[in-house]
Amino acid sequence: MTEKEWPLWEVFIRSKAGLDHKHCGSVHASDAEMAMEAARDVYTRRSEGISIWVVPSNAISASKPEDKESLFEPADDKIYRHPTFYDIPKGAGKM
Amino acid sequence: MTELSKKDALVQYAAQIGDNGLIIGHRMSEWCFRAPALEMEIALMNCALDLIGQARELYTYAAVTQDEGKSEDDFAYLRDEQDFRNLLLTEVPNGDWGDTIVRLFLMSAYNKLFYTALANSKDAQLAAIGAKSIKEVIYHQRFSSEWLIRLGDGTPESHDRVQKSLDTLWAYTGELFTMTDAETLLLADGIAVDVTALKADWDQVVSDVLTQATLTVPADLWPQLGSKAEGRHTEHFGFIITDMQFMQRRYPGCEW
Repeated sequence: MTEKEWPLWEVFIRSKAGLDHKHCGSVHASDAEMAMEAARDVYTRRSEGISIWVVPSNAISASKPEDKESLFEPADDKIYRHPTFYDIPKGAGKM
Repeated sequence: MTELSKKDALVQYAAQIGDNGLIIGHRMSEWCFRAPALEMEIALMNCALDLIGQARELYTYAAVTQDEGKSEDDFAYLRDEQDFRNLLLTEVPNGDWGDTIVRLFLMSAYNKLFYTALANSKDAQLAAIGAKSIKEVIYHQRFSSEWLIRLGDGTPESHDRVQKSLDTLWAYTGELFTMTDAETLLLADGIAVDVTALKADWDQVVSDVLTQATLTVPADLWPQLGSKAEGRHTEHFGFIITDMQFMQRRYPGCEW
């Protein structure tokens, strides 16, 4: 008998209408339908959701941890990219 | 033989439907810490809790109707083997994963039709319990159907094994469509479900899924009966209540 792991799926749950689907974990399942059911059983048993997405984990391209410095640190000193950097003229009123 | 009063019939009826939920729910709970994957274990525990929840509501209604100061716990923990009138299909051992899935599928397909009909009962409480339970059993049917299709249409080994499970458990399905005296009495008042009328729909639902699963519908041979009508169980039943009732029998009134 061959021992084979089921593929891994990432689970995204929308907790209520108007909110985004949020990543909440992963499940092992043989296919999309079974992954959907596993996600329902594992992640919505305390009324956490109203909609589920499951995505094959291997369909996600992820940034590499070792690229962290070159990808993200250059943004750290560009505070002028935040709207809070700018003074709002009095005449503009509340934004 | 004394005439069965409508009140006694209603107590029997509610308790007997509850027995189905409690016993199959207990069987499924036996998979706790033993299922082949975490996802499957949680799925089975969710089903078990739905089914035991249905039993609790039905036992509570039976106790209230009976009006002898008893509670759901008396029905679950303090009755003897012959007082339980669950369908034999709910009490046979879990066997392997395929046996468990086949049993859940056959029972869920039945439960969906049964609770849909019960939701139209003239008895408001039974109708409410029926309406609430439909949603739960629809998911059980979906979960078990998807598994059955994959096992049947999977490898030659999974196909052969699950066909064998089906052939073995099929003998217990005849009892699903039998009527007790209490049911016949309550049916006249529009309270009980005519389960004999569910058979044609059940056959259709089951054969649709079995066809998708490339499995063969077994022939209706000699049905195994006895529990629903008379409380005559399989040899496995005593072990279930020994396990399930141990705490209340050993420490009467124990709470935690």
